Amino acid sequence: MIQPGAPAPKLSEAAAGSLPLLACIALSAVLMVADHRGELSPRIRATLSSAVEPLWRLAALPSTLWRWGDTHLARQQALVEETVALRRELQLRDAQLARLEAVAQENARLRELLGGKAGYRLSVRMAGIVDVDLDPWRQRVRLDLGGADGVEVGQAMIDAGGMLGQVVEVSPWGATALLVTDASHAVPVQVVRTGLRLVAQGTGHSDALRVPNIPRSADIREGDLLVTSGIGGRFPAGFAVGRVLAIAVDESGLFLEATAAPAARIDRGREVLLVMHGAPEAAVGPPEVAP
Amino acid sequence: MSRAAPLWLRLGSIAFGLLVLVLPLPDVLDALRPHLLALVLVYWALEAPGNAGIAAAWLAGLLADVLAGTLLGEQALRMAVLVFLVQRFRAQLRFFPAWQQAAAVGLMLLNDLVLMLLLRGIAGAGLPPPGVLLAPLLGTLLWPWVFLLLDALRLRHRERSTPR
Repeated sequence: MIQPGAPAPKLSEAAAGSLPLLACIALSAVLMVADHRGELSPRIRATLSSAVEPLWRLAALPSTLWRWGDTHLARQQALVEETVALRRELQLRDAQLARLEAVAQENARLRELLGGKAGYRLSVRMAGIVDVDLDPWRQRVRLDLGGADGVEVGQAMIDAGGMLGQVVEVSPWGATALLVTDASHAVPVQVVRTGLRLVAQGTGHSDALRVPNIPRSADIREGDLLVTSGIGGRFPAGFAVGRVLAIAVDESGLFLEATAAPAARIDRGREVLLVMHGAPEAAVGPPEVAP
Repeated sequence: MSRAAPLWLRLGSIAFGLLVLVLPLPDVLDALRPHLLALVLVYWALEAPGNAGIAAAWLAGLLADVLAGTLLGEQALRMAVLVFLVQRFRAQLRFFPAWQQAAAVGLMLLNDLVLMLLLRGIAGAGLPPPGVLLAPLLGTLLWPWVFLLLDALRLRHRERSTPR
């Protein structure tokens, strides 16, 4: 259909055809760089997140229904068995708690003697994990509480085992949290046995943490428990982070590098606890001591 | 014009493709998850060409980024490139027999995978689970069925809306 005498239409046509693509690539590149460097306004992501929130809820629907059915349509027999098991566990916990109370009182007395003030009380709030599979390369979860419930960016997330992660993005009805095992996550820790301060980084695998840059003279062994040190002020101190599995000399040969198993149940469980900055709702840690 | 596919079918199929992206699957299947969104976008680029194709694909990809928590703009870029390729070879692709078309779609998905690895490599992400290499294969096997299903839905609508 090329008219005789028309000036080389093919080249300009091709250029015009790929113009939208080039525009898209440029736009994507700008977005990716901004997002990667964390310079993107959190409001953009929050707005986009609220737009796709219904899809998340829809994707989680099958497993939500399954769990609902599991609780409501369970056989009598199964319910009885579960109740018995839970009661037994409660009794065990009660006994442990009673012992803990004595320890707490002793602790408070000693603190008074030392003139210390810092307590271990903090308030937590239970949040559910929306059952969706996010990007398998990144260790993240979606929570069903959002800005409307008082969730803030930077809040620590724990479970019965220990430190689980922190909230990185909040939209009105949901929040995204980064797990301690994400490759971009790091948390200041301390070895319980010796008090040695280190930094534990995620590896991208849900069963391992990396603790780099340990001086070769440092006192650290396999089986050592790592807890949050509270340095940096983002995480409350004293939560279990992991247990050292292996120690090896790193690539430079100047430092040791430890591998640790995370203490929290990273890929199990449906509920997590968010450490709140606001008014207490429920408390974890040693019970309050009567004055 | 009744030839155009109804809007609900376009948006619905894209929404379903997005949904499959985050639907909880057992760990084994997680890496194999077929990129249904890509297949749906390929279908619409083949059957209903338009200038808005690339822009729509980019927007759908952006939503996929937000949904899956990937770097904002990564899937948007991949989907735009995918639709561009389909539009570029649309004349040939449309008249391929089904198996040949599926093979071509498989190649495009492979290209998409390479692009993803490249982008994530630049962003400094870790190594992927080895299963991702099989995902394009699964997409290839799935393509004829996606094609037939969407075609049937579209043609049924057309028959209904044409006055006899």
